Amino acid sequence: MRIAVASGKGGTGKTTVATSLALCLAADRTQAQPAPDPQLFLDCDVEAPNAHLFLKPTFERRQEVGLPIPRVDEAKCTHCGKCAEVCQYHAIAVLGKKVLVFPQLCHGCGSCTLICPEHAISEVSDVMGVLESGTADSGIHFARGVMNVGEPMATPVIRQLKKWATPKPDQIVILDASPGTSCPVVESVRGADFLLLVTEPTPFGLHDLKLAVQVGRELNLSMGVVVNRDGIGDGGVDDFCETEGLPILMRIPFDRAIAEGIAQGRTLVEIRPEYLALFQKMFLQITERER
Amino acid sequence: MKIIITTVSPTIESEVDPRFGRGAYLLVVDLDTMEWQAHPNPGVSASGGAGIQAAQFVTEHKADAVISGDFGPHAFEALHAAGVPMYVFGDSHTAQDVIACFKAGQLKQVGAATREDCHHEGKT
Repeated sequence: MRIAVASGKGGTGKTTVATSLALCLAADRTQAQPAPDPQLFLDCDVEAPNAHLFLKPTFERRQEVGLPIPRVDEAKCTHCGKCAEVCQYHAIAVLGKKVLVFPQLCHGCGSCTLICPEHAISEVSDVMGVLESGTADSGIHFARGVMNVGEPMATPVIRQLKKWATPKPDQIVILDASPGTSCPVVESVRGADFLLLVTEPTPFGLHDLKLAVQVGRELNLSMGVVVNRDGIGDGGVDDFCETEGLPILMRIPFDRAIAEGIAQGRTLVEIRPEYLALFQKMFLQITERER
Repeated sequence: MKIIITTVSPTIESEVDPRFGRGAYLLVVDLDTMEWQAHPNPGVSASGGAGIQAAQFVTEHKADAVISGDFGPHAFEALHAAGVPMYVFGDSHTAQDVIACFKAGQLKQVGAATREDCHHEGKT
C-alpha cells in the first residue's frame, strides 16, 4: 500500500505527519508476530529533502541520477531540422549550420535520437542529482532524492527515485511530496493508493487544499485530510471538507511545545507519545476506506 | 537588409513588445524596400523554450539583425550561435521609431543575455 502525503501549501506539516505515521507503523510492527516487512519511506521533496532529519537513517546506497541528453555528431549532421521539430520542449535547435542542445529544457525522451535520419545523435547522461537509501534505527527503510543546486527539473529525479526504491509486494510505502501542485507533486503522488492532504485552517491553507484536491481527483485518488495548527484561522477548511465529502482524519492543535520539538528535530510522536494511537487509528481508517 | 522586431500587434505602426521569446508578433522588415510582414511569435504559448523557438524563426527567415527589449539566456545563446546580431530598442515606442533609430545606428547591440533565466518546467 502506498500512502502519499501532500499539501498544496508549503509549511503545513507534511513531513511532521509523514514521519510520525511511519514511526507509528514501525512501532506497530515490532509488536506484531510475525513481524511484517518494515515500511519504506520515500522523501520525494528532492528540491529540499528534510525527512532524514527526523527519521535519521544511515545511508548505505547511493546512485547518481540523470537524464539521457542528446549529443550531435556534427560530421554526420545534415541540419535537416527533424530533431528540433520533434522536440516538444525546444531543447534542441537547428540554427542554420549549427545545432544547439539545451540540457536544462531536455526531458530525456529520446525522440530526437530516434528520428534523426543520419543517426547523428547519441545520448550522454546529464547528472542532475543523487538517490540515497538506508535504514533507520526504527527499522524504517528510507530513500530520498537530492537534486543538484541549479537544476530546474525535479520530476525525473522523483520518477527515478520511485523506480529505484522498489517496495516489496506487501510493504507499506509512505511518500512525502513537495509543496505545491505542479509536476513534481503529480509525479510523487501518482500511483498512490491514498492521498493524505495536510492543511491548516486558514484561507491560505484552504486555497491550496482546493488545488491539491483537484490534483487528487484528476489522478482518481482516495483522499483524506489532516488539519494541522487546529484552533487558528477559521472554519473554511471544515466547511470545504464537509461539502466535498473529504474525511478529516486527524487534527493537530496549534501548540508551542509541538513547534519547539519539531524545531529541535523531534517527531510529533516523540513530542506527544499519545499521537501513536491517533496515527494507528488514522492508518486503520485509511486501510478501511481502501477496502 | 532584413531585420526582425518584436511587436504588440501585427502592423508596422505597432508598439514594440519588450519580450523576445514571448513577444506577440515578429515583424519582418526589409529595410531596402520597406516591405514588412508580421508573424505570430511561435514561442508565445510554449511551456518552455520560447526564446529558442523565436530564435529558430529568426534564422529560418535569414534575418540580418533582430531587435527586441530583452533577450533571455537561451535566446541569446541560440542567436549568438546562429550569428544574428541582437539589438535592444531602448526608448523607442513603435516599430517605425525602432527602424529609424536602427538606420541611424542609435541602437545598442547586445553582447550578453539581458536577463536571468526563468525556469519553466514543462509538463511531463
